[in-house]
Amino acid sequence: MKRLAMMLLAVLMAFPAVAHKPSDAYLTIARDGPGMTGRWDIALRDLDLALGLDANGDGEITWGEVRAKGDSIAALAMHRLLISSGGEKCALRVTGLEVDSHTDGAYAVLTLVGSCPHEGPTLAVEYSLLFDLDPQHRGLLNFVEGGQSHSVVLSAERPRQIVGGEAGGPLSQFAAYVHEGVWHIWLGFDHILFLLSLLLPAVLVRRDGNWQAAPDFKGSFWDVARIVTAFTVAHSITLTLAALGIVSLPSRWVESAIALSVVLAALNNVFPVVARGRWIAAFAFGLLHGFGFAGALQDLGLPTGSLALSLAGFNIGVELGQLAIVAAFLPLAFALRSTWAYRRVVLAGGSAVIVAIAGVWLVERAFDMPLFAALAAG
Amino acid sequence: MQRLMRASGIVLLAVLATVGVAVAKPFTPNDDAIVLERLPEKSDPSLAELKRMRAALAANPGDLDNAARVARRSIEAARATGDPRFLGQAQAALSPWWTAVDPPAQAMLLRATLKQSQHDFPGALADLDRLLSVRPADGQALLTRATIFTVQGRYADAQRDCAKLFRLASGLVTTACLAGASSVNGDAAGAYRALTQALARPGESPEVRVWALTLSAEIASRRGDVLAADRNFREALALDSGDAYLQGAYADFLLDQGRAREVAAMLATRTKNDALLLRLALAEQAVPERRSDFAAHRQELADRFAAAKQRGDTLHRREEARFRLEIENDAPAALALAKDNWKVQREAADLRILAAAARASGDAGARKTVADWMAATRIEDVAVVALAEGASR
Repeated sequence: MKRLAMMLLAVLMAFPAVAHKPSDAYLTIARDGPGMTGRWDIALRDLDLALGLDANGDGEITWGEVRAKGDSIAALAMHRLLISSGGEKCALRVTGLEVDSHTDGAYAVLTLVGSCPHEGPTLAVEYSLLFDLDPQHRGLLNFVEGGQSHSVVLSAERPRQIVGGEAGGPLSQFAAYVHEGVWHIWLGFDHILFLLSLLLPAVLVRRDGNWQAAPDFKGSFWDVARIVTAFTVAHSITLTLAALGIVSLPSRWVESAIALSVVLAALNNVFPVVARGRWIAAFAFGLLHGFGFAGALQDLGLPTGSLALSLAGFNIGVELGQLAIVAAFLPLAFALRSTWAYRRVVLAGGSAVIVAIAGVWLVERAFDMPLFAALAAG
Repeated sequence: MQRLMRASGIVLLAVLATVGVAVAKPFTPNDDAIVLERLPEKSDPSLAELKRMRAALAANPGDLDNAARVARRSIEAARATGDPRFLGQAQAALSPWWTAVDPPAQAMLLRATLKQSQHDFPGALADLDRLLSVRPADGQALLTRATIFTVQGRYADAQRDCAKLFRLASGLVTTACLAGASSVNGDAAGAYRALTQALARPGESPEVRVWALTLSAEIASRRGDVLAADRNFREALALDSGDAYLQGAYADFLLDQGRAREVAAMLATRTKNDALLLRLALAEQAVPERRSDFAAHRQELADRFAAAKQRGDTLHRREEARFRLEIENDAPAALALAKDNWKVQREAADLRILAAAARASGDAGARKTVADWMAATRIEDVAVVALAEGASR
């Protein structure tokens, strides 16, 4: 008998008799600079599923029962919504609880306020409300910025979406990504240290097993130009390939290899193996660093509407940031090149320090072991 | 009754609901005792039991027997209440096995049933094929696969699976399985006769009898045998007057017969179900003194289809096509929906809305699709024949 009922169930499910609205939540986020405000409508039935709102079990949810669970509702919501900008998590909190009505019943309405430490061109929204209890649930996100609104659907299959970066026209968008590129190379110490390790010997020449001051600025300039160009060409290639999803490498592998590249580049200054062909090393390792930039760009998110423009902007930003470093480095290093301090303290000592720092990164990244954090905690 | 309940508890919300989502403003109730929402278990106490089962499962989500029980009860609840949230909850119960390549048989079968309910027919068939390759005599899996084949218009495949049920299920289940396919594949008379004979034998559960009687009524209706159809529908309703699919099918029959007033009376309180609300609105459209109800229900339907579209749902294309055609008089939109729907499912009702939209919009390609399908399957349906002839005039 029971078997029969089940068999029938299978047949009956084919009929389109299930005809209500499934579980949806309505999320509106409005961004204005680093700050944002939001509103999140979540069905009381869904909150009952997650938190058990119906305290007295009478099958009815009263305003008193909702209010009593206000803190739990806010905690659940904040736990299930992560917004980040420029790869950094934005602070978000619930400031109000009201109710409203939708076509399928009453909803709790949460008012949200947030701010992002880093104002990137886009927001990455990671949504996980109810997916564990009802995988058919959808978050319907309406993102508002600069008077424009844009809707996306967040689902268990696609819980992460990039929004924003479309407002303000192509020029301001391009500028925003240039800014991000500059920002990234300046904050990405591993890239700077790699570049410095290759540049430090550029104002010197290797003669009879010793470093000596380079005779003229022109030679040093072209040495630097070769290295920077090789690095740039290489990382532009891999950044583009990775950003367009043509090639993808595991990020732990990439980050470890980048740390290793810094160790090798700095070691070469202390125990020189490669003297003249450093641009080849710059090119080879530059390919790796490009994958690193791509990882940063992925955190940032590219607007789908203008992928190429934003990608080019980011790349150009990286080059500009890099050129600024070179412009500051080269005259200073050239002026100091004949001093004992430059060769002993800056080149040998500096490189040794870089080897040590990058060595720690290498261990941290390769074994997923935060050494600095462990030291600080101890 | 339902209206009374609403009026007593959530006057404020009900008023806001009619204003629509766009202009509704959130508010803070001024009294803790105000009832904001009635949970499904309020009207069906057995759902409180399901809630307890779900809580027990949450403590031990890997317990397959328990998970299968929760999933099965949730699917039944979805069917009984018409509420798709229960389908999502059924899927959640099966989540440890949802993406597994080779889950245990009972998880696989429930998974296939849920995929079917989401109209993921290829996904459901892949699961069922795999299950039946290991357990070829699994009656439930055979019946489910036959049902999907029938919906897709693959009648020979369906009948092959139905035929295997002879040793595994009751005569009426097997007969209904076969009749579902053969009645739209050139043998409506034979299918109806076989169903009538099988129904004459006693000793079958009311659920199966309702299924078989509804199928009989639909076959009779398509053949133009109005008296037999009406009789079968009434016999089925006497066994279960609350079955949403049955009510919808009977409403369609009554609308065809110009008996809109009866539909309006039968469905007045079934507004929560989109498919039944559509039939109610169609009836009210035809009854002059119901014009104000019609306007409100038309707006409500538009809101619900808009909400479904917002979430990316394509489950109700057949219903929406009918709404666009018969209520909004938007033949091009109806045709686009009917054509998309036809790519996924090919039941008699899918053919009929395609034929109606093709006729209204004068689309030669769609008319040819209908004519070719009629010739290939030899489906007998007086309504579709009338629409096809009208198109060629």
